[in-house]
Amino acid sequence: MKFYLRELAHARAGDKGDTCNIGVIVYKKEFYNLILDQVTTDRVKTHFRSLVKGSIKRYELPKINAINLVMENALGGGVTRSLSLDPHGKSFSALLLAMSIEVDEVNSKILLELGRKPLI
Amino acid sequence: MKNKSIRIGAGASYAGDRIEPAALLAQKGKLDYLVFETLAERTIALSNIEKLKNPDLGYNAMLEDRFLACLKFCDQQGIKVVTNMGAANPIAALKKTTQIIRNLKLKPTKVAAVVGDDVLAYCKNNLDKLKIMETGLPLSSLKGEIVSANAYLGADHMVEALENGAQIVITGRCADCSLFLAPMIFEFGWPQNNWDLLGQGQVCADMLECGANVSGGFFADPGYKEVPNLGDLGYPFIDIESTGNCVISKVDGTGGLINAATCSEQMIYEIHDPAHYITPDVIVDFTSVELIEIGADRVQIKGGKGSPRPEELKVSIGIKEGWIGEAEITYAGLGCMNRAKLSEEVVRRRIEIAGLQLQELRVDYIGMNSLHAEASLVSGFEPYEVRVRFACRSIEKVNAQKLVNEVETLVGKGPCASSLPRIQVREVLAIYSVLIPRSDIKTEVIYEVSCE
Repeated sequence: MKFYLRELAHARAGDKGDTCNIGVIVYKKEFYNLILDQVTTDRVKTHFRSLVKGSIKRYELPKINAINLVMENALGGGVTRSLSLDPHGKSFSALLLAMSIEVDEVNSKILLELGRKPLI
Repeated sequence: MKNKSIRIGAGASYAGDRIEPAALLAQKGKLDYLVFETLAERTIALSNIEKLKNPDLGYNAMLEDRFLACLKFCDQQGIKVVTNMGAANPIAALKKTTQIIRNLKLKPTKVAAVVGDDVLAYCKNNLDKLKIMETGLPLSSLKGEIVSANAYLGADHMVEALENGAQIVITGRCADCSLFLAPMIFEFGWPQNNWDLLGQGQVCADMLECGANVSGGFFADPGYKEVPNLGDLGYPFIDIESTGNCVISKVDGTGGLINAATCSEQMIYEIHDPAHYITPDVIVDFTSVELIEIGADRVQIKGGKGSPRPEELKVSIGIKEGWIGEAEITYAGLGCMNRAKLSEEVVRRRIEIAGLQLQELRVDYIGMNSLHAEASLVSGFEPYEVRVRFACRSIEKVNAQKLVNEVETLVGKGPCASSLPRIQVREVLAIYSVLIPRSDIKTEVIYEVSCE
């Protein structure tokens, strides 16, 4: 079954110059491997289309079931020069959480029991 | 090493932060230290411009209101204050602060100002030598007028001020976390080469440096992440021991939430490589950090590590780089998207007719794609109203002004049935970074005791 990433994880975006980082933390330890396997730098790059012009690095923080995505040239030249209404890219966390994730049977069951709805 | 515990509260995390929760924290938090962090990359540059216009200004505009609301509690309870509200002018902030203390008729208080982060003269003398971190080119490659250069100082001079008995320490640009680390180093006598201890201290400081972002601010997402009583959001504090053991919490009865999830979001916020987060005081390793919920709104923070501090400090350079023009207009009712798109076509044509030189033009449809451009998940559904936003960057002010005028004249000369446009033209203050050797930065601590 497919679910939005939002059903499995929460996220917050931060900025430094023209670099945006997004911390992604799964709600349950069981989901961690799903994001390790599927929230790859390639998929994130595709998902963000032209918003991210530079490279993307991913760091793992297994003790807190999290990854950190660091995206370069992602903020229209940086907070002070950007023409965007969201020059810090703080809303990018919400965009990331709209990625779709293929979830195995066991974890799908957990999500459905939590009242989370799959993608149709 | 003394074995004790201190409580440090976060009373602000940006220049315009709210005052009521800080006053409540000062009053009821049973704090030892209250820290106000109010500088961002751009804030310090703007403060420098303000100081150029008036040498008595250039410190945080809310310093007076903040201190009027909080200092009486600090005075009654012996809470020390550490803040970067000095911004571009710590000495003016110091003078203002002693005046406020006198007016409030508080006990004589020793106030310290840390100066020396302003390295504008140094940078102007080394334009060819200093390399811009973002571009790799020398500073001399920048075209505009450099208006500010401020080094991110570490905790050292704040510790010195505390050692000399300061009850209020005011700095300009320093690393945000250093404001919180300084009381730890001073109170616990942490040796400057115990990198793991300093690393753990910095992890705990990092939890507080964005204030309420760790206690439920910027977290709520109804149906997914519920935050109780967000309107009454409480600001956080930590209890930290000389061993580095630390628990984060907030005043009982305040709104908000502190749990492993809020702490995780805050911990990763604005770090890049979590094993190698560079601060002026220590290079922090977050990868072994554990966040353990030990009660309602109580999380234990452990496992922070560190390695030796860098020999160079980051300097934020502010430079005038042209102008931004912005104009917005709303179309509503049936066919609003078609009229909105026509307005874009018309403005683009009129730019062409005028031969307008712009460095960049951006057109957003607010309600459709303004934040995420073509990555937006747009459905075929047409909204009832749509706001078109034109934004441009240009070297000359007159060009940005011309663009917004073209949007303004859409009323009467564009598609039918729109709102009145809102327009704005503002100067671009771009920020670049360079590294300079620590030893080239001359800092000094200045003291003044408020007398009755």
